[in-house]
Amino acid sequence: MAEVLVYVDHVDGAVRKPTLELLTLARRIGEPVAVALGSGAAGTAAVLAEHGATRVLTHEAADYADYLVVPKVEALEAAVAAVSPVAVLVPSSAEAKEVAARLALRIGSGIITDAVDLEAGDSGPVATQSVFAASFTTKSVVVKGTPVITVKPNSAAVEPAAAAGAVEALDVAFSEKAHGTKVTARTARESTGRPELTEAAIVVSGGRGVNGAENFSVIEALADSLGAAVGASRAAVDAGWYPHSNQVGQTGKSVSPQLYIASGISGAIQHRAGMQTSKTIVAINKDPEAPIFDLVDYGVVGDLFDVVPALTEDVKSRKG
Amino acid sequence: MSLRIVVTVKYVPDATGDRHFADDLTVDRDDVDGLLSELDEYAVEQALQISENSDDDVEITVLTVGPEDAKDALRKALSMGADKAIHVEDDDLHGTDAIGTSLVLAKAIEKAGFDLVVSGMASTDGTAGIVPALVAERLGVPQVTLLSEVAVEGGTVSGRRDGDAASEQLEASLPAVVSVTDQSGEARYPSFKGIMAAKKKPVESWDLSDLGIEAEEVGLEGAWTKVESAAERPARTAGTIVKDEGEGGKQLAEYLAGQKFI
Ligand SMILES: Cc1cc2nc3c(=O)[nH]c(=O)nc-3n(C[C@H](O)[C@H](O)[C@H](O)COP(=O)(O)OP(=O)(O)OC[C@H]3O[C@@H](n4cnc5c(N)ncnc54)[C@H](O)[C@@H]3O)c2cc1C
Ligand SMILES: Cc1cc2nc3c(=O)[nH]c(=O)nc-3n(C[C@H](O)[C@H](O)[C@H](O)COP(=O)(O)OP(=O)(O)OC[C@H]3O[C@@H](n4cnc5c(N)ncnc54)[C@H](O)[C@@H]3O)c2cc1C
Repeated sequence: MAEVLVYVDHVDGAVRKPTLELLTLARRIGEPVAVALGSGAAGTAAVLAEHGATRVLTHEAADYADYLVVPKVEALEAAVAAVSPVAVLVPSSAEAKEVAARLALRIGSGIITDAVDLEAGDSGPVATQSVFAASFTTKSVVVKGTPVITVKPNSAAVEPAAAAGAVEALDVAFSEKAHGTKVTARTARESTGRPELTEAAIVVSGGRGVNGAENFSVIEALADSLGAAVGASRAAVDAGWYPHSNQVGQTGKSVSPQLYIASGISGAIQHRAGMQTSKTIVAINKDPEAPIFDLVDYGVVGDLFDVVPALTEDVKSRKG
Repeated sequence: MSLRIVVTVKYVPDATGDRHFADDLTVDRDDVDGLLSELDEYAVEQALQISENSDDDVEITVLTVGPEDAKDALRKALSMGADKAIHVEDDDLHGTDAIGTSLVLAKAIEKAGFDLVVSGMASTDGTAGIVPALVAERLGVPQVTLLSEVAVEGGTVSGRRDGDAASEQLEASLPAVVSVTDQSGEARYPSFKGIMAAKKKPVESWDLSDLGIEAEEVGLEGAWTKVESAAERPARTAGTIVKDEGEGGKQLAEYLAGQKFI
């Protein structure tokens, strides 16, 4: 059967959920062969096997952490040469997209970015994209080379499927180009203990209406009562009230949770671009004219400092 | 010493307008006003700051690939303070994909001559965020991308890249391709003086033959990807909106419980 390369996003061997989603999608078009690079790569094999990877190609080298993007491109290039896959699937993280793009160019293939669904077509995979701030849905195909497709988080359910997951060493020789951009320092982001924003089933976000870094505790308390991730608008981030890594929107994260709760957020097009595909949308805003209300399943016109704490109390008492 | 900076800027349909696809499934540019992609304003700004912080003689060229109207994007960048502009325009470019765009940009950058290329993190229409990496690949120079802070000193470019899991400090030798995020610092508004001065600044127009690119390599026919269909997302059905008169939090909790979120 045709093989599909799946690029593994992992941190020291811990596979991130979007990669497991890719394995589900990959099985629609062939047999998944995973490629895991860098420190801890071999440690990814067990979980990848549980999710359908027939083979896991691994290569550990310091170059992946010490230099930007290109070492990974060269490893994937080697994997494509070794496997001759019918498609290459890559999670849509900022770095992985860049890796995918350079790989596509090197192997003479077209690239589709930020797919939200994937199916087998008559002449290769058909990718669905959600574009123009999620106001249009397009279906696209790659017409030259081996389709390289990057897929957004939450585009498929993770489905376990046992497979061999045979670990094989990938042979990689780096060119001089691989060492062009040096990573001279790295500071890991501190974990908050809350769910990862792009993976969470519920996201509670605050905007300019939260009016101060210290007030974000109101948003956090609601998030914690629901087991949710915390998001923020760019206005809140620009004001320094919350970290940029929590920004939802066009230049922040795109989220597509079961439930999105926006408090003190007006609903500008760039914010909507990152949350419009959420299943259920709830907003709390004191301005009845705020554009966010055009999107909501349920909206409360009111002061978030009254509504959010009351909601949090009610959630806590219901959960007992 | 001199430093030649090329800033790539895209002309895009206004995101606050009603964006649509044309019959050939390319972006309908007639229906919505176009403008300089707001994220490329950050690229122009960083180029200007690099110039202002440099002892070298810095020349900033802004480059766009796009239709006739794309000159507006160049004018805006010139009025912010760039020195000159290049407009790559050719009917055969209609419908070019990201791989094709990177080819045209790379050829134009080579022809212009460069030490540093500065791009935005993504366009506000295609939003792929891959063109700078593709241009670096084609030019065979380092990519130092998605920077929220950038500095150029003595033939080296360095900067900070804030990723999901970590924040990284990067460094590469020139020539290089840089892209900057919207965290890199507000872009300046063109002054009246800047707007007047921009009218006198040179704008060169190149077509595909000037760049030695064949028509088959670009455009809708030359694209390595194909859009098969585009459908407008159905509008969301109007939701329930209540006014908080003391019970708003409770009502919302009831709604969430009814939807099984609690
Ligand atoms: C190129 C580009 C990219 C961008 N990318 C993003 C992005 O990724 N994400 C993003 O969010 N934005 C982005 N923006 C910015 C976007 O255009 C808006 O400026 C931003 O989303 C506004 O944030 P906000 O809704 O928090 O603030 P505002 O628009 O100021 O809205 C604040 C809201 O809070 C309400 N409010 C105030 N006080 C209270 C209270 N006590 N109780 C209840 N409600 C209250 C007000 O009625 C108002 O509706 C981008 C802009 C550009 C140009
Ligand atoms: C909704 C939509 C979806 C698309 N999806 C795909 C896809 O999946 N695959 C694909 O191959 N193409 C796709 N395209 C086409 C693609 O957007 C264009 O080819 C475009 O010129 C390059 O990609 P981008 O705008 O996404 O650039 P990005 O990679 O997001 O842009 C990053 C930076 O590159 C520079 N840049 C990009 N384009 C130009 C330009 N024309 N002139 C000057 N500088 C520029 C700017 O500095 C910009 O900030 C899509 C287009 C649209 C409108």
